[in-house]
Amino acid sequence: MNWVAENAGLILALAVQHLRLSLLPIVLGFAIALPLGYLAHRYRPTRGVLLTALGLLYTIPSLALFVALPVVTGISVLSEANVVTALTIYAVAIQARSVADALDSVDPDVRQAATALGYSGWRRFWAVEFPLAGPVMLAGLRVVAVSTIALVTVGILVGVKSLGYLFTNGFQRRILEEVLSGVVMTMLLALLVDLVLALLGRAVMPWTRIGTPAPRRAAP
Amino acid sequence: MSIEFRGVRKAFPDGTVAVEDFSLVIPSRTTTVLLGSSGCGKTTLLRMVNRMVDPSAGTVLIDDEDVAAVDPVALRRRIGYVMQNSGLLPHRRVADNIATVPRLNGVAKDAARERALQLMDTVGLDRSLADRYPAQLSGGQQQRVGVARALAAEPNILLMDEPFGAVDPIVRAELQQELIRLRRELEKTVVFVTHDVDEAFLLGDQVVLLQRGGRIAQAGTPAEILANPASDFVADFVGAGRGRRSLRVEEIDGVLVVVDADGRPAGVLADEARTAPGSATRGNRAQ
Ligand SMILES: Nc1ncnc2c1ncn2[C@@H]1O[C@H](COP(=O)(O)OP(=O)(O)O)[C@@H](O)[C@H]1O
Ligand SMILES: [Mg+2]
Repeated sequence: MNWVAENAGLILALAVQHLRLSLLPIVLGFAIALPLGYLAHRYRPTRGVLLTALGLLYTIPSLALFVALPVVTGISVLSEANVVTALTIYAVAIQARSVADALDSVDPDVRQAATALGYSGWRRFWAVEFPLAGPVMLAGLRVVAVSTIALVTVGILVGVKSLGYLFTNGFQRRILEEVLSGVVMTMLLALLVDLVLALLGRAVMPWTRIGTPAPRRAAP
Repeated sequence: MSIEFRGVRKAFPDGTVAVEDFSLVIPSRTTTVLLGSSGCGKTTLLRMVNRMVDPSAGTVLIDDEDVAAVDPVALRRRIGYVMQNSGLLPHRRVADNIATVPRLNGVAKDAARERALQLMDTVGLDRSLADRYPAQLSGGQQQRVGVARALAAEPNILLMDEPFGAVDPIVRAELQQELIRLRRELEKTVVFVTHDVDEAFLLGDQVVLLQRGGRIAQAGTPAEILANPASDFVADFVGAGRGRRSLRVEEIDGVLVVVDADGRPAGVLADEARTAPGSATRGNRAQ
């Protein structure tokens, strides 16, 4: 534990850096997955092709993607932008399916009722379908967040610093505490972000918090 | 406002012909019930009025204006629509649900809420429920909210698609009475869909009995249909409602009791009925 105490500053700095590297792909991934998921939900024929193609992207090993991506994007392998791009691709791969499933989960009766009330298509999407798809989308977002935070560590192999630095550095220098603190901090960070997302979800979707339906009263 | 269906047909993209060739005039400020078993095209016909379904052929007119020429979103905001499972927005509180259309039309938040609270009075909902979510209400309360919401934009036309189909019989009877009261007060053109003969006869000024494909088996007042069923299908359909409709008189302990086809007592014969010879023993309609 000595090592941890002596290097608290480094650990904290790496954690902040790690968080910064994670948040961008999580947010960008959601923004890109939203229209893609909508397409897959709305136009049945695109669903299979689109979601399968995106699912395949997720199977590319991360290190391979970090190295191959610059060939396409022209960004340096060693840059943060390269890692962020790669992680965004993974985020989209997971989140697009989740968005499609979330939109599918909206009760068709409610959708019909919204149309009957006189919502135009665009307005209906933002006022009715998007919020009602919220709980399922949030579940997807939490998976993406945790997975992204774990994947950021791999960036160290192409020289992008994060808590992953503690793995490689600790391994080279045979300092077990350093390796362990890297693992624990990454897990803590993932748990923290997950918790924040869960609380945020409860705050912006208060109707999901109501317990079981009120017991039936005698008077209707 | 009057509604007219003129030679309307609907074939869905998958080839299902839901409505073959339907024509009907619905006079202003009356209640017309579309009655028929599941799948005969009732919902399809109802949704042609607010353009949730566009006919494949024929026209639907509201006050002699072809609805096809009206912007569907604007049209829907001035037509009330109530559906079976209330269709309430689960993420909006009761008052916000009711205020939906006024808000869409740009009414200020406070004014829309005040209007929503008034409507809760109108449909017999306690104002204390205003800030609940739909899931926190009973089925009957949800349907009342659905009716209040449909009334919020002060529509002249109210479309109701089996609105009381999912609530228990006691609550349904209450809601039916409530609708009869509302209708007297509000004077709207109501198109009401049901598969329940009793409900149709209770609520309808005009009842339109439908067969598969939206074919009209008979249209008329409940009394006309009962007195003079146009076919065996009609006779079966309206008589099938628990055999209650063929009544006869039996004397039990010196009192004349009216009993239904299964021998269950439906009531006691009134004194006036006894003095009108012949009319009593024939009941409503001899089978
Ligand atoms: N969107 C649709 N696509 C294909 N067939 C439909 C659609 N909506 C209804 N139908 C069919 O049209 C017929 C009439 O349906 P509907 O109007 O819902 O009947 P009802 O309301 O009397 O039960 C049914 O056979 C139904 O399966
Ligand atoms: Mg129906």
